[in-house]
Amino acid sequence: MRNQSRITFYLLLTPLVLWLGLLIIIPHIDMLLISLRERISFGVYETSLSQYEKALTEPLYLRTFWRTAVMSVLATVITLLIAFPVAYYIAKMAKGRLQQVLFLLCLIPFYVSELVRTFGWMILLRETGLISSLLQWVGLADQPVELLYTDATMMVGLVYTSMLFMVVPLVTTLESLDDSVIEAGYDLGGSGFSVLREIIIPHAMPGIVSGCIVVFMLSLGNYLTPTMLGGKDSLWFTEMIYNQFIVRSNWELGAAFGFMLLVLSSVIVWGMLRLTGRTLKETMG
Amino acid sequence: MIPTIPQSRSFRLVYGGYVALFFLYLALPLTVVAVFAFNDSQFPSLPWEGFTWNWFFGEERPQIGVFHERGILRSVGTSAFVALCVAVLSVSVGTTNAFLFNRYEFRGKGFLYVLMLLPLVIPGIVLGISILVFSSTLANGLWDLAQMDVQALRPGLLLVILGQFSFITTIATLVISARLQKFDRTLEEAALNLGADRLTAVRTITLPFLAPAMIGAVVVAFLMSFENFNTTLMLVGSDAPLTIAMFDRLKEGSTPLLNAVSLLLMLGSSLLALLVILFQRRG
Repeated sequence: MRNQSRITFYLLLTPLVLWLGLLIIIPHIDMLLISLRERISFGVYETSLSQYEKALTEPLYLRTFWRTAVMSVLATVITLLIAFPVAYYIAKMAKGRLQQVLFLLCLIPFYVSELVRTFGWMILLRETGLISSLLQWVGLADQPVELLYTDATMMVGLVYTSMLFMVVPLVTTLESLDDSVIEAGYDLGGSGFSVLREIIIPHAMPGIVSGCIVVFMLSLGNYLTPTMLGGKDSLWFTEMIYNQFIVRSNWELGAAFGFMLLVLSSVIVWGMLRLTGRTLKETMG
Repeated sequence: MIPTIPQSRSFRLVYGGYVALFFLYLALPLTVVAVFAFNDSQFPSLPWEGFTWNWFFGEERPQIGVFHERGILRSVGTSAFVALCVAVLSVSVGTTNAFLFNRYEFRGKGFLYVLMLLPLVIPGIVLGISILVFSSTLANGLWDLAQMDVQALRPGLLLVILGQFSFITTIATLVISARLQKFDRTLEEAALNLGADRLTAVRTITLPFLAPAMIGAVVVAFLMSFENFNTTLMLVGSDAPLTIAMFDRLKEGSTPLLNAVSLLLMLGSSLLALLVILFQRRG
């Protein structure tokens, strides 16, 4: 019996180890190794830090790296600010049927490919698009206006794409807050603002943290939205990775970029968890 | 700020208005994509040239509909094939993972659990390039060793499937674990007392209990795979799945054909999602 359960244990362990080992851990180690080498001549490589040196000294690369980081943080903050009142409305203000319907409506865009969502924004915002025509019709513009290819457009797209991942955890945590606690806050003389600050937000913290982590990750790793909606100046770090790998076939530099992105996202996720004293297991599992 | 606390009328109006605006923002891009699928023009933009079904059923140029466009149909087939493989693989591994983490205590369990969650916090593009790099290292190694050229290790469908499987498995594991935790182990023990062996007990008692979660995970995995873009982009070979094929066309300039494909995608995925919700409510 004991022996049998041991065999079962190893049978169950094998797929997990194969999956994590062959598809996650070893590939990432290999990527690290590739990023640490320099091509001397055809087929001859030398270990060096030159790829990272190149990445950290070339102004374009460095600028894109920081820009991507800052814009992703900004997108996360905007998403949180927009989503919080809506999540609160769904969780606390709406009741019964309406609550269910609103929650489902929030889920629908998630089931639609990101490509379709981005395409929708292109139809709306381009020079011959709906908004431009609307502006001319109202009289606010006397010629077609190009609204695509700016940072603001890209931000609209990024926020739209990740909205769900903020709303859903927020609704879940806010729903678990008992109405009577909020009432007690008011009974004790709290104003709307102090109840929000001292009761609602602390209670929603787990949802806020996991929402922010997911949204940040999605923005940082996004390729479609910056490529399709962003302008020539809003180069995204993922676009540089793609360019090095697929367009220039410079895998060494591309791998170094990939590793930088990985480190950046790990540091920020770790920092957010640290700041709020939570573990990855609680937040994601 | 709950219904039992009285609020001024203007506050309620402003709040309600804000929420309404939010839903308008959610619905707007999807609505325009859907509406312009019926525009009788070469461009999915104003002016509105009249209603047509041609972008779905049209047979001749310049308005070839979705159902007569070979390239798109082929890429839908590719996507469905990839998604099916990914769904089956990730739910199988997800189920064994769930049993492992639920039933066994062993050294390094906490560490393995965190490792298992990791694919969720790795950007999709990085997952893609790491697998691309590793498989080409393998392929080059095999070539140097035995002069074997293994095409399967070059960018193509196998790599796309593995790449998507690498992170969708985490989601499948989480979905199935959540249900397994709710399982009453005494039911399984009862089966053992009644003379069933372990495998029979799991097969006849535990797996049927897990079925709703497993079916839910299959659908979620299928949808995620069908819509994946980032990881696929780095691993794709000559057979492009639908998202990649659409992306290539979108770069060249768009016709309402893309709207028609998008509308069908939306209908398909909402239908699947609805099925899951109904199924789970019953289960």
